[in-house]
Amino acid sequence: MLHFSKLKLTVILGIILLGIVFSLPNLFPRDDVEKWPSWMPRTVVSLGLDLQGGSHLLYEVDTVSLVKDRLDSVVNDIRSKLTSGATRIGYVNLGVSNGAVSLKLRDTGQIETARPLLQEATTGMDLAIASDGQVTASYSDQALKQMKQQVVEQAIEVVRKRIDATGTKEPTIIREGDDRIVVQLPGVKDPQRIKDIIGKTAKMTFQMVDENAMLTGTPAPTDVVLDVADPRTDGAQKLIVEKVPLLYGQNLVDAQQTFENGAQPVVAFKFDSVGARKFGDATSKNVGRRFAIVLDGKIISAPVIKDAILGGSGIISGNFTVQSAGDLALLLRAGALPADLHVIEERTVGADLGADSIAAGKKACVIAIVLIVVAMVVLYGLFGIFANVALLLNAVLILGALSLLGATLTFPGIAGMVLTLGMAVDANVLILERVREEMRNGRSAITAMEAGYREAQATIIDANVTHFIATCFLFYFGSGPIKGFAITLIIGIATSFFTSVYVTRLMTSVWLRRTRPKLLPL
Amino acid sequence: MYKPIHLVPANTRIDFMRFHKPAFVLSVIMVIGSFVLLFTKGLNYGIDFAGGVAMEVQQEQPVDLAQLRGQLDALNLGEITLQTFGQPNDVLIRIPQQAGGDQATQEAVAKIKASLGDKWQYRRTETVGPKVGSELKSSAVWASILAGLGIMAYVWFRYEWQFGVNALLALFHDCVTTVGLFSLTGMEFNLTTVAAVLTIAGYSVNDTVVIYDRVRYDMRRYKTMPLAELINHALNSTLSRTTITSGLTLLSVLALAIFGGEVIRGFSVAMIWGIVIGTYSTICVATPLLLYMHIHRIRGKDEKAAEKAAAEKQGSGTVARRGT
Repeated sequence: MLHFSKLKLTVILGIILLGIVFSLPNLFPRDDVEKWPSWMPRTVVSLGLDLQGGSHLLYEVDTVSLVKDRLDSVVNDIRSKLTSGATRIGYVNLGVSNGAVSLKLRDTGQIETARPLLQEATTGMDLAIASDGQVTASYSDQALKQMKQQVVEQAIEVVRKRIDATGTKEPTIIREGDDRIVVQLPGVKDPQRIKDIIGKTAKMTFQMVDENAMLTGTPAPTDVVLDVADPRTDGAQKLIVEKVPLLYGQNLVDAQQTFENGAQPVVAFKFDSVGARKFGDATSKNVGRRFAIVLDGKIISAPVIKDAILGGSGIISGNFTVQSAGDLALLLRAGALPADLHVIEERTVGADLGADSIAAGKKACVIAIVLIVVAMVVLYGLFGIFANVALLLNAVLILGALSLLGATLTFPGIAGMVLTLGMAVDANVLILERVREEMRNGRSAITAMEAGYREAQATIIDANVTHFIATCFLFYFGSGPIKGFAITLIIGIATSFFTSVYVTRLMTSVWLRRTRPKLLPL
Repeated sequence: MYKPIHLVPANTRIDFMRFHKPAFVLSVIMVIGSFVLLFTKGLNYGIDFAGGVAMEVQQEQPVDLAQLRGQLDALNLGEITLQTFGQPNDVLIRIPQQAGGDQATQEAVAKIKASLGDKWQYRRTETVGPKVGSELKSSAVWASILAGLGIMAYVWFRYEWQFGVNALLALFHDCVTTVGLFSLTGMEFNLTTVAAVLTIAGYSVNDTVVIYDRVRYDMRRYKTMPLAELINHALNSTLSRTTITSGLTLLSVLALAIFGGEVIRGFSVAMIWGIVIGTYSTICVATPLLLYMHIHRIRGKDEKAAEKAAAEKQGSGTVARRGT
C-alpha cells in the first residue's frame, strides 16, 4: 500500500500532466490558442451541431434514376448506331426491361455486322447476343457498384464546390455508406438557400426550338415539349424543342452574374473552344430562330438568334433577381450533379438553442459536481476529499482525452459526462466501504486500507467492463449526438478507473506515510 | 478530526429474503404489464423512428395553441401535434411523414415556415425520411440485442452460468420496464431514449455484478451457511455501497432532469427510473433468484470429503475461482 515504484509514480503523474496540458487549450479563447506555438497542443473539443447551432443534412444519391437514365441513353445510342450506318440494321422491341436493355435483330444474318456497333454502344455492360438475334445488355453488380461509387464521388465534388461558393465556413462533406452524403454546416441558421443550391441538379442544355412544329402545334418524333420556367419571360407556357441538345453545360468554362442595360440581373457565360465553335456554327445557320436554354428540364429563356455569335460568350436573361442570377451562375460554374440528390434527414439547430443547451448542461454539471463533492466529504471525510480531487482530475482527463481525439461534444455527451461523474465515485465508495469492513474486523489502518483496495479491485473491473461493453455497442450503432454520448462515456469509464483507483491510492499512501495513523478517520 | 457519518449502520441486518416472493410477483407483473402496454398502447415514437418533421419554434408572447393549431391545420399536412416545450412561448410542432416522400416533407417544412412568418424563431428543425427512420430503428434494436449478448458473455465468462442468466434476467427486467414506463406515460421514445435504455443496461449489470462478487466471496468464506442466509449477508454487507452509489448517481441524474432542459428531459427521466429500478432489481430480484438456480456449492457436512476431492483434482472445482 505504501510503496509506489518510481515507474508507477512517473506514469500516474505523467498521465495527469498530459490530461491537464491537453485540456488547457479549451480554457482560452480560440483566437488566442491559434497563435500558440506549434509544439503546444492546440486542438480543442469541438462542439456538436446541437450545441453550436448549425445544420446536418443527409443526402441520398438517386441511383435508381441514375441507372434508368444510363440505360435510356444506351437505348438512344443503339437506335442511332443501328439506323445511321451504311447498311441499316433492322430490329424490333428495343427498350429497357428489368434493368437490362434488350432488342431483337430482324435478320440473324446481320448479327456480325451489328456486333461491333452494339459493343460500342454498351461499353461497360455485359452484352449477350443469341443466335436467334435476341440481344440483351445489362450492368454487372460490380459495374453498378463502381458506377454508383464514381457518381457519389463526383457528386461530393460538385456539392463541395457549390457550398464553398456560398462562403459557408468549415463545412463537412463526407460520404456515408454506398450512396449517401453527409453535409454538416456549422453556424448556418437557415439552410434553405444552401439546400436549394445543393438540391438542383443543374443540368444545362442548349436546344433549338422547332419553329415549324410550334406553328403546326404538333411535335415531330425528334422533338420534345418542355415547360417554360417563368412564362412571363416568353409569353408561352410550353415550347417544342429538338430532343438532341446543341450544347451541354459541360461546355461552359465560366458564368457570372452581371447586369443587362445596367439594371436587369443576368448571367453572362463563356463556352470552351469546342462549345464556342459549335455555338458559332449553330447560330450562324439558324438566324431568326429561337434557341432554348434549359435547366433541369425547364426552359429558363428562349432568345431569338439575331446574329451568329462567334465569340463563344453569351447572356442568359430571365426573370432573375440578383440572388437568383448569382445562384445560377454559381451552379453553372460548379457543374451539374451526376445524379439527383434528395434530403433524407435534416437536423438544424439554431445557435440560441445551442447556447441554451450549453448553459443548461453546464448548470447541471456544476450542480451535480457540487452535490457529489459535498456528499463525499460528509460520508467519508478526508478520504472523501481524496476522492473529490480524483473526481475533478477525472473531469480534466475526460476533457483532455476528448481534445486529443478531436472528438465532438454533444448535448447527450454532456449528459454522459454528468452521469460518469456520478458513477465515477462508485469505485471509491466500493473501496472505502470495504476498508470500513476490514477495520471492523479489527485490522490496523494500513492493512485495512490495503485489503480495501485489493478486494475491491476485481469488483471495480467487473463493473466497469460490463458497462464498457454496453457503451461500445451504443457507439457502434449510434448516430450523431448519440455517438458523442457514447464516446464521452467510454472515455469516462477509462479515466474514472484510473483516477478513482490509482490517483486516490497515491494520495492515500502519501498521507499514510506522513501520519502513520493507528486508526483511520473513516 | 471529523468523524464521517455512516449512512447504513454496520450492524444492519435486513432480512431481504423475506420480501423476495412478493418482489418476484411485483416484477413479473411489471414486466408483463410493460409487454401488454407495448402491444396495446405502443410507444409514442419520436421522428427519429417514425419519420416526419419536428420543429421547435419560439415567439415573444405565450403561444395560443388553439389558434396556432387552426392556422397549421389549414395547410393539410396530416395530423399535426403541438405542445409547449419548456416555456409557454416555446412550441414543438410535429407533422407526420408526408405521402409524397422526402421531397414532400421538405416542402411541408417550407409551407409551415411560410405560414408562420417572421415573428417566430426557428430554434430547431428536424426531418427524418421513412428509410432513415426504419434504419435508425433497426440499428437501435441491434445495438440493444448485441449489448445484451456481450454483457451476458462477459458475466458468463467471469461467473458460473447461473449468475449470467440472473444478471441478464435483471437487465431484461430493467430495460423492459423502462420501455414500459415510456409506453404508460406516452413520453416520446427516440434515439436518446434508446441511449438511456442501454446506459441503464450497463448500470443494471454493474450494480448486479458488485453484489454477485460479494456472494461468491461469501460462498467461499462461509461454506456452511445456508444460501438464503448467505445472500442476506452479502446484501447487507454491500447495502451501504448500494445506497451511496445509487444515491449519488441519482443525484447527478436529478441535476440533469431539473436543470438540463427540455431537450434531454426524456433521457433524464429514463435514467432516474433506471437507477431506481436497477437498484431494486439487484436487491430484490437478481440476487434472491440465485436461491433457485441450484448453484453448486460445497456444503459444510461434506467439507472434508470435498476438500479431499478438491485436493485430488487440483482445485478444478467451481469454488475457488476468484481471480481467474
